Amino acid sequence: MSIEVSSVGKRFGSFVALDDVDLTVADGRLTALLGPSGGGKSTLLRIIGGLEQPDSGTVRINGKDATRVPPQRRNVGFVFQHYAAFKHLTVYRNVAFGLEIRKRPKAEIRARVQELLALVHLEQFADRLPEQLSGGQRQRMALARALAVEPTVLLLDEPFGALDAQVRKELRDWLRRLHDEVHVTTIFVTHDQEEALEVADELVVINQGRIEQVGTPADVYDKPANDFVMGFLGPVTRLAGRLVRPHDLEILTSEAPDTTPAEVTGLQRIGFEVRLTLDAGAEQPWAQLTRGQAEDLRLAIGQHVWIRATR
Amino acid sequence: MGNRRSATRLVQRTIALLYVAVLVLVPLVVVTWKTVSPGPSAFWSAISSQQAVTAFRLTAEIALASVALNAVFGVGLGLLITRYRFPGRRLLSALADLPLSVSPIVVGLALVLVYGPVDGWFGGTLHSAGIEIIFSLPGMILATTFVSFPLVLREVVPVLAEEGIEQEQAARVLGANAWQRFLRITLPVIRPALLYGIVLSLARSIGEYGAVLVVSGNVSGENQTQTVPLLVGERVQQLEPGAFQLAFLLIVVTVLVIVLVFLRRRESESKHSEPPAVVPDDLALSADPAPAALALNNVASNDVAQEKGGLR
Repeated sequence: MSIEVSSVGKRFGSFVALDDVDLTVADGRLTALLGPSGGGKSTLLRIIGGLEQPDSGTVRINGKDATRVPPQRRNVGFVFQHYAAFKHLTVYRNVAFGLEIRKRPKAEIRARVQELLALVHLEQFADRLPEQLSGGQRQRMALARALAVEPTVLLLDEPFGALDAQVRKELRDWLRRLHDEVHVTTIFVTHDQEEALEVADELVVINQGRIEQVGTPADVYDKPANDFVMGFLGPVTRLAGRLVRPHDLEILTSEAPDTTPAEVTGLQRIGFEVRLTLDAGAEQPWAQLTRGQAEDLRLAIGQHVWIRATR
Repeated sequence: MGNRRSATRLVQRTIALLYVAVLVLVPLVVVTWKTVSPGPSAFWSAISSQQAVTAFRLTAEIALASVALNAVFGVGLGLLITRYRFPGRRLLSALADLPLSVSPIVVGLALVLVYGPVDGWFGGTLHSAGIEIIFSLPGMILATTFVSFPLVLREVVPVLAEEGIEQEQAARVLGANAWQRFLRITLPVIRPALLYGIVLSLARSIGEYGAVLVVSGNVSGENQTQTVPLLVGERVQQLEPGAFQLAFLLIVVTVLVIVLVFLRRRESESKHSEPPAVVPDDLALSADPAPAALALNNVASNDVAQEKGGLR
């Protein structure tokens, strides 16, 4: 279901967490709120979920004003960074919690919980306590618990932030697949641009309480609205006073129009890529080449080259 | 080297043991001896006199009432201190510790000054309304509750602070109202701490002497306000028989309560750590047609790798 946030502001004391934010999230999409820590993205998510009250502005969920609706009546699913597992309840009872509160018949609860445990692949852990699960399993349990009540929107606050790199990567692939299956409107908060680019249908870049840009991952990466977005989404270097991506630098061994002369000051091979550091007088840009490109150019330290940005 | 080290350890242990023995064990043994040696009939007459039975009833009533009050207000104030930010929060938290540091006699005197029927601030008003606080049960409950008040609160606050509010927020988003959140999440989370606080509070209430002595007037006979500790004190001072038998019984009740709770605690702990953490065997996942199954197999096995890494 669609979410409309209009001119929402939030302060904590003198700190401005959100400054007049407008955002529309379309039905059934997987949207990432991306930005540095303290930028306001978690606050925005918590305001949508009702866990935080905005000082000004409105939140509409599915066309209805939800600004003053308490979280227990918003029918949203919320997944916390540190799982917020109910420690004294088994995995089964954790997932059943929302349904028990809604006083659904026992048989219906059992069927629904079994179905969800199968979806997150924790059937054989139904009788365990959360402390007997690994971090990744706990987060999948939290996801099943949030989905059990068939929420109109699913909100995830840095859901993979507490997991190690490997588990994190696999859970994010899995979230993408899960979303393709379940289709619930989903917003997740992350400060990891790779995670956002990989998983989301749409990116919302937030910094210092303001939305910097909204768009598809390709849009935001290729056509960043400003230097902040460009710098936050990937590596950048400076050539002729302009920010460019290091993989968009072309290296020539002879002079050509619109090029800048430079001297190779370093060559570093990292796996499949080669990093080239250059001295162009006023600037020291660096370029990212493939192994093949570097070999074709027969680069050496001290060599004179000409560089230009291809985009 | 090794010898010297084990010798040092022996000396340390002996000192520790002696310290506990002198402080706790010897007095306990003496009380037990003084209880047992006069024989069973002396024991029976010491605890079955009209005065003793009334004292037991009074002590039980006072202890139950103040434990109930302390449990309710301890949890309530604990939630207030840990969950809300308001001016005076730190002052409130500090004030709540006051009863532990003020002498019980002073507590009793203060209550008399406030509620006393003759000179009390509003004792006179209450007296003319037919409500007696001092020299009767309400005052004794008040005094006992006051001196044991922080015991539940101080057990519950660290747990509430450590667990934070995420579980309660998660329950809230899942549709639970305030009462449901308290019963289903908060109470189970603090239950062991609450139970321990109740035991400490019970032990303190059963044994309270000073504050109760001042507010009760230590009346025996008709309208008796003499609790068991007061009766023990009187019998010791008057050199009457039966003091040790009563004292012994108080100790037994207190120790019994503590042991019971300790056993319960151990039981619930062993229940929690029963199955092994995460066993690779569980990953022989059932054949599942879910499209994400393949990816999940990987996820699960990596989780285990992570878990094992963490254990090492």
